[in-house]
Amino acid sequence: MTPSYSPDKLFKLDAAKKVRFTIFAIFIVAIIAAFFIYPSVWDKAVNKINVISPVALPNFIKVPFKLGLDLAGGTRLIYSADVSGVKGQDASSAMSGLRDVIERRVNLFGVSEPVIEVEHSASQWRLIVELAGIKDISQAIALIGETPFLEFKEQRDDAETQKILNEQKAGNKEYLAQDPYFKPTNLSGKYIKSAKVEFGQNTYQPEVSVQFDSEGAKIFEDLTKRNVEKQLGIYLDGLPISAPVVREAISGGSAVISGKFNIDEAKKLAERLNAGALPVPIRLISQDSVGASLGQDSLNKSINAGLIGFLAVAIFMVLYYRFPGIVAVAALLIYTTLVLALFKLIPVTLTLAGIAGFILSIGMAVDANILIFERMKEEFRAGKGLGFAIDDGFARAWFSIRDSNISTLITTLVLYYFTTSVVKGFALTLGIGVIVSMFSAIFVTRSFLKIFPVSSLEKLPWLMGIKHLNSKF
Amino acid sequence: MLNIIGKRKIYYAMSAIFIVASIIALLLWGLKFGIDFKGGSLLEVAYSDNKRPETNQIIDSLKSLKLNDLRVSPVGDSGVNFRFRETDEATHQEIVKILGGNIEERRFSSIGPTIGTELKQKSIKAIIIVLFGISLYIAWAFRKVSRPLSSWRYGIVTLIALFHDLIIPVGLFAFLGHFYGVEIGTNFIVALLVILGFSVHDTIVVFDRIRENLKRYASLDFAPLVNQSVNETLVRSISTSFTVLLTLLALYVFGGESLKYFILALMVGIFSGTYSSIFIASPLLISWFKVLNKN
Repeated sequence: MTPSYSPDKLFKLDAAKKVRFTIFAIFIVAIIAAFFIYPSVWDKAVNKINVISPVALPNFIKVPFKLGLDLAGGTRLIYSADVSGVKGQDASSAMSGLRDVIERRVNLFGVSEPVIEVEHSASQWRLIVELAGIKDISQAIALIGETPFLEFKEQRDDAETQKILNEQKAGNKEYLAQDPYFKPTNLSGKYIKSAKVEFGQNTYQPEVSVQFDSEGAKIFEDLTKRNVEKQLGIYLDGLPISAPVVREAISGGSAVISGKFNIDEAKKLAERLNAGALPVPIRLISQDSVGASLGQDSLNKSINAGLIGFLAVAIFMVLYYRFPGIVAVAALLIYTTLVLALFKLIPVTLTLAGIAGFILSIGMAVDANILIFERMKEEFRAGKGLGFAIDDGFARAWFSIRDSNISTLITTLVLYYFTTSVVKGFALTLGIGVIVSMFSAIFVTRSFLKIFPVSSLEKLPWLMGIKHLNSKF
Repeated sequence: MLNIIGKRKIYYAMSAIFIVASIIALLLWGLKFGIDFKGGSLLEVAYSDNKRPETNQIIDSLKSLKLNDLRVSPVGDSGVNFRFRETDEATHQEIVKILGGNIEERRFSSIGPTIGTELKQKSIKAIIIVLFGISLYIAWAFRKVSRPLSSWRYGIVTLIALFHDLIIPVGLFAFLGHFYGVEIGTNFIVALLVILGFSVHDTIVVFDRIRENLKRYASLDFAPLVNQSVNETLVRSISTSFTVLLTLLALYVFGGESLKYFILALMVGIFSGTYSSIFIASPLLISWFKVLNKN
């Protein structure tokens, strides 16, 4: 056997003190994890203590589980984007601009944490939009599908601004929808040829250069002539994205927006200008909407099934493996707590398939324990003292545990990198489960076994689930 | 001790029956692909207060929309599922409008055919990569084993056992698809991949024991040594599969309707995976060994 892999070498656990410390640490971590999963228990206790305690104890940090669309209810939309109007190397930047446009629109809906992703596969560009808990899907679809509209506005003079503000204050309906500071012009995104990030020749600061076509150049020249030393508002989908001050009348159709932006801000502005200039048409090719009640239903059922599954495994383990079975159930409880806490911490978006993956991983986590116990019993039957049987059983089982878990990890990695997002959730929960279960076999089960009351257990073989004992005992 | 190696031909025959049946089912009926793979729409609604109309009535009411390939099937006490060709959002809204106010829309999916084709390709790619990744890993993990069989043969035998475990659930779903209209979607592919991972889990444990015993009992012949190794790991294999089947059974009985067939595929696959790791993989090592020694 290769000693470098032996867990004994990796995790020196031999001194009794160290084992006790490890177990103590495991329990502390498990308890913190348990409160992290279920903070209301802590909060209730704290509320009671705080009545009499001189120092007020804080409530536990609350982090909700992140639920996927199939559990929380929501819509997943896949759009195919036509980038043929954009030159090849610009496609990525055009999609990024489009993503930004869509994100701003979606934010209007007040959806919590919308997910908008750009996906590039086999010369196709896709935009994936996930909206959790949205009621009016058709309105969202209509809004997302609109072509982005970029427009330039000029500043109103002070008298006009004041008048509109006064009328709005007075509640004059005619003026309510008006922008008191800017008024529309006839310059829009369709006159822009391109926008890109450049670096100032003297300042070395990032700036955004805008190129207008010949017609746009004329309108722009007019506009800048009228508005020297005034702000020019640039609006995308009716919302301002930039308001540079015109320094001088610009002819020739080429302008530079400079200012105190960093490279990312400059890039974003250029992308937004391009999004309005070269609209990338999108087409809805897939929609998946789940009603909130169906999601809740699925969630409850999965939790229920998980609990029952856990209980069934626990009963089997205790009946069949007796004392070691109890150890395994304790290890399994800690395993479950740690995995759930990790789901919150990372956070992992839990989907229906993801929860199934987690429940499956419970079954697999028991496997490490079973391997160790079977090996232990074998060594014990062969006439070894229980202390040695535990050590050898663990050392020998380790290779099986390692090899089998690595093969499962290969599967989860492939699932994660080669499939769609629905499957990714499953792969992630299973993968986390497998890694934590290896940790749990090495640290938790092993440490528990190490503090076995070896001498008294040797006298009670039935507690070890062994019928035929070697004559030695 | 069970004489598994000695009776290997019986076990081969049993597997052969299932494999041949599966292949016939697959060739005869093929798999019934769901909208995930071939594109299309699925609308799930629930009627409130037991006011679900007759299926024919529903179909008649939707006639004006001229939906392609419309199939309407009642689900449970109050639900109805609609399947039709992929459609746009406007048509979807029309349908909901026609169905009236006393329905609750539980799910609507409309998937374009390009996405489906892509998913098919991705799934096949994923399965092939998993198969080869695992076989290579085994060949590597057993690299120090060279006698009497070299380590890559362990990898190949694992690959054969994995095919065995894949083809049986696939055959079952060809059967279910033909007779019960069960469609396969993304979840089915996931199930197959999990079966692969789990089955190899089992096979590795047995091979691992063979590897260990080869060192311990240098004088023993290969066949009795393999037989002993399989027997030594038998209880563990069965215990582990049993616990996994327990959790799956809980999911099957108490979990949501939408995962039922996913869980069923897993159960069948894990069962056949356990069978193959005990009765197929290790005996195959011996069969191969004997063929090599004859020449």
